Amino acid sequence: MGGLRHIQKGEVRMAAIEATGLVKTFKGRKTTVKALDGIDLDVPEGTVLGLLGPNGAGKTTTVRVLTTLMKPDAGTARVLGHDVVTEADTVRSLVGLSGQYAAVDELLTGRENLWMFGRLYRLSSQQAKQRAEELLATFDLTEAADRILKTYSGGMRRRLDLAGSLIAHPKVLFLDEPTTGLDPRSRLDLWQIIRDRVREGVTILLTTQYLEEADELADSIAVVDHGSVIARGTADELKAKVGGERIEVVVHDPGDTVRALELLTGALRIADPESTTLEEHTRRITVPAPGGSSALVDVIRTLDAADIRIADIGLRRPTLDDVFLTLTGHEAEQKESL
Amino acid sequence: MSAELPARVNPIGRALSDAGVLAWRSLKRIPRTPDMLIYATIQPIMFVLLFAYVFGNAIPIPGFPGPRAYREFLMSGIFAQTMAFAVASASVGLADDMSKGLIDRFRSLPMARSGVIAGRVVGDLVFNAFVMLIMVLCGFIVGWRWHNGFGQALAAFAILLLFAFAMLWVGALIGLSVGGPEVASSAGLIWLFPLTFLSNAFVPTPQLPSALQPVAEWNPISSIVAACRHLFGNPSPFASPDGFPAQHPVWLSLIWCVAIIVVFAPLAVRKYRSATGH
Ligand SMILES: Nc1ncnc2c1ncn2[C@@H]1O[C@H](COP(=O)(O)OP(=O)(O)OP(=O)(O)O)[C@@H](O)[C@H]1O
Ligand SMILES: [Mg+2]
Repeated sequence: MGGLRHIQKGEVRMAAIEATGLVKTFKGRKTTVKALDGIDLDVPEGTVLGLLGPNGAGKTTTVRVLTTLMKPDAGTARVLGHDVVTEADTVRSLVGLSGQYAAVDELLTGRENLWMFGRLYRLSSQQAKQRAEELLATFDLTEAADRILKTYSGGMRRRLDLAGSLIAHPKVLFLDEPTTGLDPRSRLDLWQIIRDRVREGVTILLTTQYLEEADELADSIAVVDHGSVIARGTADELKAKVGGERIEVVVHDPGDTVRALELLTGALRIADPESTTLEEHTRRITVPAPGGSSALVDVIRTLDAADIRIADIGLRRPTLDDVFLTLTGHEAEQKESL
Repeated sequence: MSAELPARVNPIGRALSDAGVLAWRSLKRIPRTPDMLIYATIQPIMFVLLFAYVFGNAIPIPGFPGPRAYREFLMSGIFAQTMAFAVASASVGLADDMSKGLIDRFRSLPMARSGVIAGRVVGDLVFNAFVMLIMVLCGFIVGWRWHNGFGQALAAFAILLLFAFAMLWVGALIGLSVGGPEVASSAGLIWLFPLTFLSNAFVPTPQLPSALQPVAEWNPISSIVAACRHLFGNPSPFASPDGFPAQHPVWLSLIWCVAIIVVFAPLAVRKYRSATGH
């Protein structure tokens, strides 16, 4: 638990979300899919858990069970101490959910959508109106408030959807792939909105396919594949598992590759020659870079001093693919058509 | 800034309030999809024109001579058929909500289980009242009239709306059971065509093959049609004039409506609880 940003050492926090042994099987006519195969989760209050996994890993199913939309076949889950099956109504009034696809009424305006959700969260008409205004302002949608949602862009829709899940000031927020399909700018905006919620003390479970996103937002990460958690830890811990950052150098002159690798092994004090690679035909060398960008400087200095010309150089961070390759032995699968 | 546990609200008040909010939503949507109203009225208007001016001339009404008899006979059939097609508005609407993930969202809110469907049904009822108004105007244009006074005519319209209300629950069940809005539209309508043609809506039952006559006279759609003809004072021939459907058309229509609601409303709400989006 060493890496949790928001937790003081020694402080004990109540679990806002805890799940034990969740199992969910979908039976079709011909096939049965075990979407959840014993998921265990434990999210301390006020922290962010990133549920990271490829298509079909069981992320959405987990969220659906935790938000009472679906009953698990086995296992139990509690949100703020309330059982999601036997106390579903209480759980619903305490959590906010923003699903994988923005679930808003296309024919209502932004303002009308938020008013409607407010009313359904049991606010009075006046309170709902007021809350809608606040959220429209927070999410920078005031100008578009009276347009029907058909005319909204994907990012605006997503923001409105998220606003809808915040109406009742939930203490626990479930965000299913909140930034999938957004352009980089909208993604940054949404990250900021999520961070603001964290600052208010909201516990968040967010699913994502991007390690980078989990890295940015989550205090701890659970990697799911085929319905179970195959690794957990902070982003740094996970990256360490896949060997951390690496430096890729393409040298200009094919004759320099072997000499360059020898120099770098010495300069970076690399003990294990197995951790380096050399591709003759692309003139590409990769070496582990425990120090990140400072190692990059070392590499450039060393090669420059030896008069080896560099065609290309870069620091390569481990990607989701690297994590999966290492943890499961298979690549993150592309979206299968079902 | 914290989410308090909701105060215990009276569950009936809560259900009504949720249904009200969702009905408001449906009503807001109606003027924003004018094409819905056009599609919903174009088919019955075509039926009126086709039957009144093409087939109708070949269909005599037993006991009611004269060229206007068929049009007087026809309109109640058209009204009932139009209301039966309310099935489609509910099934398409709910299937659409489901495919857009809205049903999931509503299910994640602390709202009454019946709220979404009830709201939809009320909104669609208003929509179908509009459609009926247009059909009544259409009837006046082709020469249909009521003859027993405005009070009885109102009673007939009330029965038609009650029937639409009942059929909306059937539509809700269908909409929540099928995959998407396209399937919902055909699944909602496909069985209605044989049902309306096996009724007294367009052809007097005495003219049907005798094996089909009892089926056609007990058919729920026929009961609505017969009740309307009775209340409007329009021709209403029966193959077996002493049978219960001929003697008590209004009662039979009410029994059918209540029976449909009692069966389908709980089924639809149960389906809603377990419905999963995509
Ligand atoms: N309603 C359902 N009926 C049948 N199978 C389902 C259903 N929902 C999910 N599944 C299956 O369960 C598995 C897990 O699905 P889930 O939606 O939880 O994955 P996910 O991690 O959210 O994937 P994605 O990144 O594509 O959203 C998949 O194989 C999926 O096909
Ligand atoms: Mg998903």
